[in-house]
Amino acid sequence: MARALDFFGGFKLTFQHLTRPTVTTSYPKAKRPKQPRQHGRHVLNRYEDGMEKCIGCELCAGVCPVNCIYVRGLDNPPDHPVSPGERYGYIYEINYLRCIHCDLCVEACPTQAITESKMFEFSFTNRSDAIYTKAELLVDDQGFPQRLPWEDWRDGEAAMTGGWMRATSPNGDAAYEGVVQWTADLGAGVRAAEAGQSGVRDDEATGSKQLRNIFPKHFEPEDVPLQFRGLQGKLNEARAKMPKRRRRAKS
Amino acid sequence: MSWLATTDPLFTNSGHVGLAIIVIVVVKMLLGLGLLMTSVILMIWFERKAISDMQSRIGPQRWGPFGLLQTLADGLKLILKEDLIPSEADRTVFKLAPFLVLVPAIITFGLVPIGGTLTIAGHKVLLQVANPPMGILLLLAMSGISVYGVMLAGWSSGSKYPLLSSVRASAQMISYEAALGMTIVTVVLVTGSLSVHNIVTSQADGVWHWNLIRLGVVPFVVFVIAITAELNRPPFDVVEAESELVGGFHTEYSSFRFAIFFLAEYMNTITMSAIIVTLFLGGPAGWAPNVAHLKWLFPIAWFLVKTVGFAFCYIWFRASLPRFRYDQLMDLGWKRLIPLSLGWMLIVAGFLVAPGWGFMMGAVVLLAYSVLARAFSLGQTREVGVDSVLPMVGARPLPGEVLRSSSDEGSD
Repeated sequence: MARALDFFGGFKLTFQHLTRPTVTTSYPKAKRPKQPRQHGRHVLNRYEDGMEKCIGCELCAGVCPVNCIYVRGLDNPPDHPVSPGERYGYIYEINYLRCIHCDLCVEACPTQAITESKMFEFSFTNRSDAIYTKAELLVDDQGFPQRLPWEDWRDGEAAMTGGWMRATSPNGDAAYEGVVQWTADLGAGVRAAEAGQSGVRDDEATGSKQLRNIFPKHFEPEDVPLQFRGLQGKLNEARAKMPKRRRRAKS
Repeated sequence: MSWLATTDPLFTNSGHVGLAIIVIVVVKMLLGLGLLMTSVILMIWFERKAISDMQSRIGPQRWGPFGLLQTLADGLKLILKEDLIPSEADRTVFKLAPFLVLVPAIITFGLVPIGGTLTIAGHKVLLQVANPPMGILLLLAMSGISVYGVMLAGWSSGSKYPLLSSVRASAQMISYEAALGMTIVTVVLVTGSLSVHNIVTSQADGVWHWNLIRLGVVPFVVFVIAITAELNRPPFDVVEAESELVGGFHTEYSSFRFAIFFLAEYMNTITMSAIIVTLFLGGPAGWAPNVAHLKWLFPIAWFLVKTVGFAFCYIWFRASLPRFRYDQLMDLGWKRLIPLSLGWMLIVAGFLVAPGWGFMMGAVVLLAYSVLARAFSLGQTREVGVDSVLPMVGARPLPGEVLRSSSDEGSD
């Protein structure tokens, strides 16, 4: 008898799905938040005094597995230096028709000059547009990546560039997790450490969220984090939505 | 015209058919067609929305509010496309087939009473396009004709997959039609009339008089299963099994002819939901408050609610059940539904004569079932025997080898 009733289990399941929210996002209009360690388009960072971090050492070009980076260094002009060291990146080009976003350049960089943002949605109608030069890669005077016409930037995609690097440390040693070993960036200051393997995380400082907290509704009931369960969960959700509405009203 | 007057009060008042009656009939026809077309558009939208909700998707949302105009956009796209006819096709039959499916679908809807009676300009008007005396027989005839549409469409395409599909369609529809007819006979037995209007009015006195309960639930269940198979809807859609037959009988159809098949399929879905409601759920019967001038609206609302409920059930079936294998389908039709509906019909007939006859019929039917069950189990074990099964590949010679050995013998 119980087996005969199992037949109706399928009907129950499909009916339950009517009440669950949809998984689909209307993509170009709305986007899901990116993973904290998403590899996207590169950014050339600057120090807080506006100096460029790149020293033209070409380590990134050397480590690049697909040879998409072309760097030429030049001695800093003594009267108006571009970077604080001896040399600076005179030419810096990345060919995005070749780049595989492996982030090895980020790992190789001794000064954290190159990091990757979370923006990967850019396309070109022209091969020469695919080669980003220093003019496009370098952050602007406020420290934000340049938003080129063919790129689709959304909020938060430039906030924690090179997030994965800050999860451990630039030298990749897990023992240094949470220890700041990177210099301050123009606009952003000293960026907080991303959560690493140990699970210690400061989401407010980094601005990143675990995906399981963003999409609690798409999990099985037992997998939903406690703060999103039941009535309290609905309250929390409403609270999380509040500032967004205010922001919209202002603009 | 006197035979019409036996069931339709529109023709009883006066001996001759006046202008008012003609106008009323034409308006009824146009309204019926309009209602059917609108509901097809809504049904396709509803199905797509509901099934995507059940799969946690969004569904159509681009055209019109909530994507309501998506069906219109699809239809327009289909009309503007090139109309291809395969060179191997039998052109006349190929062009005829879609209409053989469409016309019965429209005619069947004309039989369904969607409300009570209305008095317009002194004429009593049934809210039903037509109420012929042989009503429910017409339903069976029409569903029989639509088999021809599907069958001829597949055959005339001059292509392998549609042909396979049409073979399946004819076998499936014929085998389920038997069970379908038997359950309808049960309903007719209780009502004592073939007229659809009488079937509805006989159930009007409350839920306990609905055929669903009055006949026991079995005919209803059999009818729903058989009608789902008759509609070629999942889980009985072996005729259009995309994973096996590309598109089934309409693989070679394109443009407006394809649209007609699609239209007819959804028309049939709506019509059959309405027929189930009519035959088993009392049609427009239901609670109505005593509001002056608006009382005629409530039966229509009840009818619509019930029909939409059944339309939803079809969608629910589609979202929940996997497709039957072809032999399972035939098993269910011939070995389960036909004996069940036939036996139940006999029992109901017995009870209509006298309770004693009913119980006797029950005993006879039970006895017959046990004989049948024994026969089925014998039949199943027989096939496992050594002689009837082909030897495994490798244990038997390949066709080429057989030919060679026979020709060798010939030369010796």
